[in-house]
Amino acid sequence: MSTRLATGGRLTDRDIQVKFTFNGKHFRGFAGDTLASALLANDQMVMGRSFKYHRPRGPVASGAEEPNALVNLGKGVHHEPNQRATTTELFDGLAATSQNHWPSLEFDIGAINSQLSRFLPAGFYYKMFIHPRPLWKHVYEPFIRQSAGLGRAPHAETRDPDTYEHFYAFTDVLVVGGGVAGLQAAKAAALSGAKVLLIEQTAHWGGRAPVDGGEIDGMTPEAWVDQTLAELAAMDNVHLRTRCMGAGVYDHGYVLGYERLTDHAPAKDTPRHRLWRIRAKQVITATGAIERPLSFAGNDIPGVMLASAIRDYVVNYGVSLGDRTVVVTNNDDAYRTALLLKSVGLDVPAIIDARPEGGGDLMQEAIAQGIRVEKGRAIGKVKGSKRVTGVTLCSQAGEGGLLDEIACDAVAMSGGWSPVVHLWSHCGGKLTWDDEQAFFRPDLDKAPISHDGAPFVTCAGAANGHIHLSHTLQDADTAGQSAAQAAGFKPKKSQAPQATAQDEAPLVPIWLMPQGAGYGLRSKAWLDYQNDVKVSDVQLAAQEGFESVEHAKRYTTLGMATDQGKLSNINGLATLSHALGEDIPQVGTTTFRPPYTPISMGAIAGEARGEVFQPIRQTPMHDWHAENGAYWEPVGHWRRPYCFQQSGESVEQAVHREVMATRDSLGLLDASTLGKIIVKGPDAGRFLDMLYTNMMSTLKPGKCRYGLMSTENGFLTDDGVVARIDEDTWLCHTTTGGADRIHAHMEEWLQTEWWDWKVWTVNVTEQYAQIAVVGPNARKLLEKLGGMDVSADALPFMGWADGELGGFPCRVYRISFSGELSYEIAVPASLGRAFWDRLREDGAEWNATPYGTEALHIMRAEKGFIMIGDETDGTVIPQDLGLDWAISKKKDDYLGKRAQERSHMTDPDRWKLVGLETLDGSVLPDGAYAIASGKNANGQRNTQGRVTSTYHSPTLNKGIAMGLVLHGPDRMGEVIEFNTTAGGTVKAKIVSPIFYDPDGEKQNV
Amino acid sequence: MKRYSAFAIAREALRNHTGWDRAWRKAQPKNRYDVVIIGAGGHGLATAYYLGKNFGITNVAVLEKGWLGGGNTGRNTTIIRSNYLQDPSAAIYEKSRSLYETLSQDLNYNIMFSPRGVMMLAQTQHEVRGYLRTAHANALQGVKTEFIPPKRVKEICPIINLDGPRYPVLGALWQDRAGTARHDAVAWGYARACSDMGMDIIQKCEVTGIRQEGGTVKGVTTTKGDIDCEKLGIVVAGHSGVLADMAGFRLPIESVALQALVSEPIKPVMDCVVMANTVHGYMSQSDKGEMVIGGGADGYNNYTQRGSFHHVEETVRALVETFPMISRLKMLRWWGGIVDMTGDRSPILSKTPLENCFINCGWGTGGFKAIPGSGWGFAELMAKGHSPLTEEFALTRFREGKFIDESVAAGVAH
Repeated sequence: MSTRLATGGRLTDRDIQVKFTFNGKHFRGFAGDTLASALLANDQMVMGRSFKYHRPRGPVASGAEEPNALVNLGKGVHHEPNQRATTTELFDGLAATSQNHWPSLEFDIGAINSQLSRFLPAGFYYKMFIHPRPLWKHVYEPFIRQSAGLGRAPHAETRDPDTYEHFYAFTDVLVVGGGVAGLQAAKAAALSGAKVLLIEQTAHWGGRAPVDGGEIDGMTPEAWVDQTLAELAAMDNVHLRTRCMGAGVYDHGYVLGYERLTDHAPAKDTPRHRLWRIRAKQVITATGAIERPLSFAGNDIPGVMLASAIRDYVVNYGVSLGDRTVVVTNNDDAYRTALLLKSVGLDVPAIIDARPEGGGDLMQEAIAQGIRVEKGRAIGKVKGSKRVTGVTLCSQAGEGGLLDEIACDAVAMSGGWSPVVHLWSHCGGKLTWDDEQAFFRPDLDKAPISHDGAPFVTCAGAANGHIHLSHTLQDADTAGQSAAQAAGFKPKKSQAPQATAQDEAPLVPIWLMPQGAGYGLRSKAWLDYQNDVKVSDVQLAAQEGFESVEHAKRYTTLGMATDQGKLSNINGLATLSHALGEDIPQVGTTTFRPPYTPISMGAIAGEARGEVFQPIRQTPMHDWHAENGAYWEPVGHWRRPYCFQQSGESVEQAVHREVMATRDSLGLLDASTLGKIIVKGPDAGRFLDMLYTNMMSTLKPGKCRYGLMSTENGFLTDDGVVARIDEDTWLCHTTTGGADRIHAHMEEWLQTEWWDWKVWTVNVTEQYAQIAVVGPNARKLLEKLGGMDVSADALPFMGWADGELGGFPCRVYRISFSGELSYEIAVPASLGRAFWDRLREDGAEWNATPYGTEALHIMRAEKGFIMIGDETDGTVIPQDLGLDWAISKKKDDYLGKRAQERSHMTDPDRWKLVGLETLDGSVLPDGAYAIASGKNANGQRNTQGRVTSTYHSPTLNKGIAMGLVLHGPDRMGEVIEFNTTAGGTVKAKIVSPIFYDPDGEKQNV
Repeated sequence: MKRYSAFAIAREALRNHTGWDRAWRKAQPKNRYDVVIIGAGGHGLATAYYLGKNFGITNVAVLEKGWLGGGNTGRNTTIIRSNYLQDPSAAIYEKSRSLYETLSQDLNYNIMFSPRGVMMLAQTQHEVRGYLRTAHANALQGVKTEFIPPKRVKEICPIINLDGPRYPVLGALWQDRAGTARHDAVAWGYARACSDMGMDIIQKCEVTGIRQEGGTVKGVTTTKGDIDCEKLGIVVAGHSGVLADMAGFRLPIESVALQALVSEPIKPVMDCVVMANTVHGYMSQSDKGEMVIGGGADGYNNYTQRGSFHHVEETVRALVETFPMISRLKMLRWWGGIVDMTGDRSPILSKTPLENCFINCGWGTGGFKAIPGSGWGFAELMAKGHSPLTEEFALTRFREGKFIDESVAAGVAH
């Protein structure tokens, strides 16, 4: 049984008991435990079920590489699926449940898949469930989906109660990994004076060294770690962070760190996770190495664990996996596990060493300890189902013929080590195969390259292929110094720490145990534990021609589980290369992608949730709107009032009231969101002539002109009123949504094409509050305010003037987008609210009525004015809309001119703007199409036009619409048919698009 | 070719699966083919398949620089829909969707087409009007879609947050016969069927030159030697410009990185595809249980198949806002692919200035859903010289200004 040892546990505090539950059962652990170590201490070996076959599984590792021990963590809104028990720090009240089983962890119906595994090989689903077709949708797929998936989904209405934040950091050298290599690299870099950030994914410094032993500068590794840490902590230029993982490396030294702040202490009132967005001149990955499993039958049975993980549990947590542990290995390192177990009084019945010659000094030591060492041997298979009960011994060179049976309750396996090269690879670092040590390590000649063509990532220690302690520290020291140098600092010459550890005999790569294992054994030898991919599956993939490592991965799902193949990838591709008869480096690896281990969506999203999901842009009158029934409409990052609802009023009623009040007397519109861009300079006139289809250089100061902008492809993209302020200054109004886009458009042309033109542009949209005063009584209100002459003579239509109204400094534009007598008045933004209040108060006698965007839209449609985004959709040119009058014939060129001369643009069959009225006064459906006779070559109904805007007109008390219709302007009075939402048709008459005041009598008073 | 079936699996299970053949033959190039297709992605393989199936042209080679299906076919978010606005788009995507419905049976390969429905959320008044328009257009195009109110949205997809304070859901365009499929399987299924017709699929064979004589294509130069052909199809998303350059013409195309992501697998919680274009993100749940996520393309041109983090951030932020329950899920993996972007964001299926050389490219961010329809139309174009499905997608449209712009309906996402 797995149990807590009488003593030991360097990371646990036995004085502090921690209570937790697993599947509702109450357990106790110690402070410093992980959930996995605490469960093992309580003899709870089985922690979950595998993905495909629902096999019972216990932990096989002790850290981030764990594929098996995944649990649902937390309750209610705190629920989080797929948490690794091996990296979950225990806290009081922790509640975990196991996953992927029904009805219970111990008895799972889904485990029948395991019995049927012969019929469910890799890719079985591509070959079946094909007939009959309806069954796939209604039976097979729902069944597959239900049996797939791992953790329980959070409740549909869950709102995450935790907060998350982003943190921006800049550093000269970033060191990822706080093992001895990371500590030494950080120290070497920091001694140069460089700013160093050192991050470590666990809560502890030192990595494996304190567990694995040896000596550094005459000290134990633990003492050396403490001393080095103290030195680093004392340096002002060094920042240390634990529980912070290097998640991804991006171009130009951009690195993501993922810090888990409260996962181990949920009561804390701080963000749960923090995403570090780090800019580093140089990155050192000191991410260590991960031990590889061996592929033998039954290597997934609970109780089979990586040899190094067994050491971790004993040394770090004082927990033993079993009383009798068989060690199986192809290298010397696993002997350390045997010796350790022996030293704490546990039984090691045998060390099965696949190497014909066995190991070196460590083996001699084991033999001296009385441990039975079997050289050239292998495990034939592991016995047991929910728990190891023994292993069979066979010859590695054979087919599995039984030599002996050894009773045991745990198996420690070691297939060698693989450097953690993920971060090195994320941004293009290449790997090279190390034949001697049988692993991929970074190819330092092919490093990720930064903007200057120089490498910006380097590796240190085991991550760089230097597994042995003495080499690790030397390498880390070099890496730290060279990174500091590359970051522009002068490294101090210093002596790297001198480390000693026992020499090791070379490993012998063993990819299958025994070498000649038959199908029965191979189909029970797991490569990917979580996804249930076995040696036989990868071999089947190769047999069926899935020869690329990517094909084999996708066909078998090898390495696609939540551990992303940290344990399985190398074994899998070795199996594949063997099946193909090729060398491992020829087959290559799959691509390493961020994140290193999964990170929470909450952390990626950060603070941007709810109200602050995106920045809200507010006009100076925003608060008044909010307090007065604004029914909001998002427009870009703005919120504009669609209408102002009064008590008991529907949205439609409010819009109706606003239109009528404006037409009858006086309306007020907050037009502050309209874009305002100042264009200034000696070449501003010719610049605007290029930008607009109209001539803007001839506009006189004091005058306004309605202008159109086209894209290079000729399509109408924005419109607005341009005012000439003085000899070299113009103010361009844009649509609300277009302000930033048009400003960028201007700058793009100025910076890339006309860089020698003397033009400056400034977006002053938010510097002004702008209010449209609209209606027959508009002038009366302004006259009441007093301060400037706003008469038709002094300020004629399409003129503007600076002045003062009611004591407010303002600029008054005499323009109209409603067909009414109308002024748009700009005041400094800081005075906007006061001016708005003043207009409302002084306008009360004329029933001054604030109106929203819908009333604006209706009034412009009644008047036949086009709206960008309604009449235009990126395919419409000004000529389609009868706007030829706004296209200068005198100019040699403007953006879009050449495009508008192309054959399709001048095609007389282009649809043109008209007005539309139903015969019964009803409102045409939004976006309806005019149907023509017949079908096209693809069997689609022919069409001859479409509705672009459609409203109920309160003014005219009937439906009005605008649309684009084939030869429309030549077909006035003709009745055509449109389709309706319900599937029917509705007739409409083609009319002039100007429904209201066609002669402009109301506008030009 | 051995037919796949539950029976075949049972039979093989009894002999330890030793009897399965290669899904597609390993082929070495011959000296000459009637048709050479460059690019063994979904579109290239589908083209070859329909050349054989519909026109009896089977002396065909499909050349692949890397491994088949390794480009965008194997990197996308597997969405299949046809609710496009413009007639030419709706025609080819609907043809494609309808072919997907029976593709598993057609290929005898389960590509797991899952018609779970696709909804595109309307979160501004502008979007509401846009989708109403699309629904009206679709009705005349023979594409079954409808605009549904928020209540239906919530019924179909209970994990949606209808009342986000910034962009409440005002309705959605719903296509219930749209859905997803297993992307790799599409490539593998076509490859197997092509191979079975005697076509050669040649992997790790990079085209380094295109040979011509008097303005007519004669063949290609490859890393496995020269190959002659009567007709040549270039179907190499992401590197179309490079191949066009070899053929001596230029394309109105930019190449940008598009990223996608998956979460860790969870039990089923979402039975449709949701696209939220205002906030820039879309999501569905794979049969394995992962939430499959995509967003907008990177804003700069490049050929590296990885993207920048800020787009991932924008996408995830949008989806956490749209589906708050995913906040406590974890992101497992994100990756990138290179997409061809044309000026009007619609594809090019066309003859080229080089006689007998055809090009199929420019699918932008939405090529996967088009694979069968694209192959069907492009095969017809190559075999007969014209096809109603591809006619409007000719290269000449850029000279004429006859764009097929979906921007009003498609937003950023596919």
